[in-house]
Amino acid sequence: MKNFQWKAKILAQTKIKDNYWRCELRAPCVAKNALPGQFINIRVNTNLDPLLRRPLSIHGVSATKIKIFYAVVGKATEILARKKSGESLDIIGPLGTGFDYAACSLQPAAPLLVAGGMGVAPLIFLAEKLAQAKSQKPKAKTTVLIGAKTKERLLCAQEFKRLGCDVKIATDDGSSGFKGRVSDLLKCFLLASGLRPQIIYACGPKLMLKAVTNISNACGISAQLSLEEHMSCGIGACLGCVVRTKNGLKRVCKEGPVFLAKDLIW
Amino acid sequence: MKTKFSVEIGKLKLNNPVLAASGTLGYAEEFKDFLELKKIGAIVTKTLTLKPRQGNPTPRTCETPAGMLNSIGLENPGLGIFLQDKLPFLKKIGIPIIMSIASEEESAEFLELVNRINLIKEVAAVELNISCPNVPGKTGLISQDPEATYKTVKEVRKITDKVLITKLSPNVTSISEIAKSAEKAGSDAVSLVNTLGGMSVDIERRRPKIAAGIAGLSGPAIRPVAVRMVWEVFNKVKIPIIGMGGIMDVSSALEFIIAGATAVSIGTANFINPGVCAEIIADLKNYLIKNKINDIRKLTGSLKI
Repeated sequence: MKNFQWKAKILAQTKIKDNYWRCELRAPCVAKNALPGQFINIRVNTNLDPLLRRPLSIHGVSATKIKIFYAVVGKATEILARKKSGESLDIIGPLGTGFDYAACSLQPAAPLLVAGGMGVAPLIFLAEKLAQAKSQKPKAKTTVLIGAKTKERLLCAQEFKRLGCDVKIATDDGSSGFKGRVSDLLKCFLLASGLRPQIIYACGPKLMLKAVTNISNACGISAQLSLEEHMSCGIGACLGCVVRTKNGLKRVCKEGPVFLAKDLIW
Repeated sequence: MKTKFSVEIGKLKLNNPVLAASGTLGYAEEFKDFLELKKIGAIVTKTLTLKPRQGNPTPRTCETPAGMLNSIGLENPGLGIFLQDKLPFLKKIGIPIIMSIASEEESAEFLELVNRINLIKEVAAVELNISCPNVPGKTGLISQDPEATYKTVKEVRKITDKVLITKLSPNVTSISEIAKSAEKAGSDAVSLVNTLGGMSVDIERRRPKIAAGIAGLSGPAIRPVAVRMVWEVFNKVKIPIIGMGGIMDVSSALEFIIAGATAVSIGTANFINPGVCAEIIADLKNYLIKNKINDIRKLTGSLKI
């Protein structure tokens, strides 16, 4: 019997801005085994309300630590944000199927990351891994397209830059970078640059991922999408989080959250 | 003092009275990393139908205060794929397998399913799910009608020697009437309760939070209703009761046993704490030892009223 359930001590809890928080946990086994795109399932307290765990994608790992990045959007995340360093969280993970980035480091063309809103959370972890893989192959520079409603709600741009990525921004109101959706920026970027990245990795709201699917399918670029779904169990038992794919219904928590865009039926 | 922890459901002997409820342990493989599956008294499979079922559109589940709603709609690979892909793992665990089955059109499908299950010696019992609230196009459930319950159970009883368990719905006026019908028709046990009909509304979109609209409520929110129903049924039938509805820990398991359950099923709690079945079994043993009870069966229906 392997173990996936841990008592993880909170090492740091930082408010980034508004309702966005970053939390660092001591979880050696998760840190050791986690792949970008995988998630942990957190029980914020032992009360009966909220009853269920909350799945949060892994934002980064280092030695014995993992990071999560979350927005306070409801009861459970409010409780989570009130937790202080030193307190423990009951977590299960790493869970799910993450991004396949091994293939990418073999490709000559640089990968393209597309993040919408909170979709930056798992992509930072992916960018870290790509940066590590890239150190042997310095030519390929990862481009990240980040979308947000406004400049104020733009997330993780500096972190991506620090990881050596080329960052391009889209905001719905034009307060920073390209005015419009990040999927529109993706279209323009592919047209203007003439680049054909081998792989697009994307995470964000459903409509954005749907748009990325259309673009990547039209351009013949392979895309890996990390989907977000409400989950009741997170381990493949309840069948609550299924999505339609060309190979039948698949569980976002088990066969996902990362799927190939070409397999999804929207 | 030796403590007797085993119970009987008809001729089926269980090492302990804690079961994993249908639909909440998948086909068990999903839980192999969280607990020693062989510790569980028995595993009830996710409900199977003859043909594969896609189930209902999403969202299929949502959280509610101290509970959750689900309308999965009996998604399952169908009996054939189950036997080929899922049963081998279950067999290896070495504990009794209880196969939950459902039928779309009255009893014809039940009979065909049971005829095939009769040939599988590793399946210890059949649970007739006549109480799933989430099948589109159905107006009433078999388990909402005493006569339909009697007829269905009777027909299945005629063709099988497997232990037969009938799963009952709480969405009825008198659950003990339905339980009596199942008993009269030859059911070896009744399991109760299935989920309670419920609904949750997204006030921004003014739509139900579950795509199918109406769904089934489970979790601690329904526990008092379920305990009451176990007690009512216990007073009306002689066959064993498998009690369930929001059991989260040993004390909630004991509520059901004291109210009349011979065994208990753990459902929603598996989603929150995947190792919970093993924890409850250990805690239940400690409770017996601490209270100097030498046989768990003495607790069943020991409620003082």
